[in-house]
Amino acid sequence: MSEQQGDIERDVMEYDYAIVGGGPAGLACAIRLKEKMPAAEICLLEKGSEIGAHILSGCVMEPGPLDELMPAWRDNPPAICVPAGRDEFRLYTRARSFRLPTPPQMHNAGNYIVALGELCKQLAEHAESLGVEVFPGFPGRHPLIEGEGADMRVVGVRCGDMGLEADGTPEGRPGPAFAAGVDIRAKTTLLAEGCRGSLSKQLIARFKLDRDATPQTYGLGFKELWQLPAGRTTPGLIQHSVGWPLDNATYGGSFLYHLDEDRVYIGFVVGLDYEDPRFSPFEAFQQFKHHPDMRALLEGGEIISSGARTISEGGLQALPRMEMPGALLIGDAAGTLNVPKIKGVHQAFRSGMLAAEHLAASGTPEGYDAAFRASAAGRELHKVRNIRPGFHGGLWLGMANAALETVLAGRTPWTLATHADWDSLETRASARAHGEQAAMAANWHQERSLPPRDRLASVYFANTAHEESQPVHLRVADTSICATRCAEEFGNPCTRFCPVGVYEMVTGEDGGLQLQINASNCVHCKACDIKDPYLIIDWVPPEGGSGPNYQTL
Amino acid sequence: MKILVGIKRVIDYNVRVQVNRDGSGVVKEGVKMSINPFDEIAVEEALRMKERGDANEVVVVSIGPEAAQQQLRTALAMGADRAVLYQSDEEVQPLAAARALLAVVEAEDPGLVLLGKQAIDDDSNQVGQMLAALWNRPQATFVSALEFSDGVAKATREVDAGLENIEVELPAVVTVDLRLNEPRFVKMPDIMKAKRKPLEIKPFAELGVEMPVQLETTLHEPPPKRQGGVKVDSVQALVEALKNKGVL
Repeated sequence: MSEQQGDIERDVMEYDYAIVGGGPAGLACAIRLKEKMPAAEICLLEKGSEIGAHILSGCVMEPGPLDELMPAWRDNPPAICVPAGRDEFRLYTRARSFRLPTPPQMHNAGNYIVALGELCKQLAEHAESLGVEVFPGFPGRHPLIEGEGADMRVVGVRCGDMGLEADGTPEGRPGPAFAAGVDIRAKTTLLAEGCRGSLSKQLIARFKLDRDATPQTYGLGFKELWQLPAGRTTPGLIQHSVGWPLDNATYGGSFLYHLDEDRVYIGFVVGLDYEDPRFSPFEAFQQFKHHPDMRALLEGGEIISSGARTISEGGLQALPRMEMPGALLIGDAAGTLNVPKIKGVHQAFRSGMLAAEHLAASGTPEGYDAAFRASAAGRELHKVRNIRPGFHGGLWLGMANAALETVLAGRTPWTLATHADWDSLETRASARAHGEQAAMAANWHQERSLPPRDRLASVYFANTAHEESQPVHLRVADTSICATRCAEEFGNPCTRFCPVGVYEMVTGEDGGLQLQINASNCVHCKACDIKDPYLIIDWVPPEGGSGPNYQTL
Repeated sequence: MKILVGIKRVIDYNVRVQVNRDGSGVVKEGVKMSINPFDEIAVEEALRMKERGDANEVVVVSIGPEAAQQQLRTALAMGADRAVLYQSDEEVQPLAAARALLAVVEAEDPGLVLLGKQAIDDDSNQVGQMLAALWNRPQATFVSALEFSDGVAKATREVDAGLENIEVELPAVVTVDLRLNEPRFVKMPDIMKAKRKPLEIKPFAELGVEMPVQLETTLHEPPPKRQGGVKVDSVQALVEALKNKGVL
């Protein structure tokens, strides 16, 4: 916080509960809080231009928790809502695919393929009708913390300023239309920012909430909505795959969900613990689309929309303590997603509702962490805790371990540790010492014909927009590393892991390479904040309303 | 003076608009909707006039679906005093919109009507002009600067040849262009206040306006896809290729 900004006079708004993030966890919490305590004053902040604008999820949803939250949802389903049909689990090679038995966690009978962004809009309307103040376009920018040491507590959040202009400093200066962000003061603040939330990250560090946890790990997911020529789809068909275009050492796989009206969701998730710094997750997804099976499906179709978002994959052992004085972490801000099920939405709903019920019953965040771990959601995470870390040894060991864990329902006497993603890249020196392994890309297609042509073309389908004059919201603490140490050690992996090409190494005026940050392309996925091997990229929320405007994703 | 500002709910300018499957329209499902950007500039100008003391009331009016309330609420949060929605789920064509606005003008008796120069969905650029004609009052269109003195509006118009300065007697219709101002950010406390400001919803039929269908849209089609370029090996080949195209 610069001094200059410290002088700015700010409006203060007081609430009983302030919720940061208008996704499934935050909205479920808001609704349940208002149901339990109709007199409570509740506000919900959302950095996207509207509720749902930044929501991107697979998403085959288990409907149970939503039935509990808003039983009427089935009478007025979201814009895309297709009952799950047959499940298929496949192994891909470059030219062929093989059907494997579907892992039991991945059976979807009774579930629904939904556009989570649309569902969130409906939940927000419901929350507003109950009296929750919903503020889209207002990011939580700084946590408000009072006291020191044992008395330290969260007392609210400061919203981001609007109308800042870039002036070479990180914070920028107020422009002609400047509007200072409001201070929201609340008895309890609920962080529901989703995976790698910017406030959650600060609070986890400040309150050392991850003291007893192993490092959180992440995946990076891509998703596209396609409109296909008539007659190619089987509404409800759910396909997941492993294998090509990834190698055995890299965790990840595809999803393909057949919708109604000749539409499909197609996507790809890659574990951010991949080791090869030359690897491009975006390109892996595009490669997958060019597998003969996929190409036959997609060719002649059109992309309606696309986007990318990281997901929390660390599970129970990586779950930080979800409570601190004055605040709670809920949903994927903590990391409640169930990786083997590839589902997080039902868990986010549960954690949000549980937080509300806990606060209504006890009046304090204290005890929520234990309550969550003992709840159905916590037990679910316990059962599958060893499956994702088991893939650390590659696909086949991972599958064997997953089978064991599944048969024993997680009753194995051990818990496998997780490893930090930023630390997983192999340096070039080490790769050379190992006799430089063939890059995964050697087994990829040279030519691609399906859109988008490249990452810049894909940005177009995310409807992303940032006011160009604002300060860059991707803060790189030390850009001198880029052309020197990072180029030497890793070959600038940021230029490849970013799904929309925010990071570029360009030739500067002095003829040397330098980092260029195309911040306006950003789709707020947070991969850079996670995967940068020096942990020097800090993702902060840009001006409210910036970022993608996802359409039925 | 009372200012009447007309606003339209349109697909947000950041959205990549796509033609729907049967060509009957564009995809609206899950698409972000906003105030037409030119109309937002009109709202901003009205508010600045009020802040300068040139006006004492700003009324925003919209014709559109029930959901257009959201856009009216945004205008109220920007600072407008009250809002009226004439609800219609059918497409309202320019002449019908102008007639409807005339009925509103007759009821509200404003000293000035501010409109966007056109809506970014159908790009008709007709309503302001038609309203002025129906109302039999002066018009200043494509306005990029606006001042008032003694019942006269001095307007700078953006025209093909450059800028044109005109004076119009009030009441008048002014349609605004992009450079007139930069709309303000909506502030959170003002969003709260806007919830308590009056927003009337009336059936469009109440205006008693006939809606003859004068334009029939038969088909929507995306523009033809651009063909990729070709690479040539030499200058000769380039000249040859250009000759074949008939360019040289």
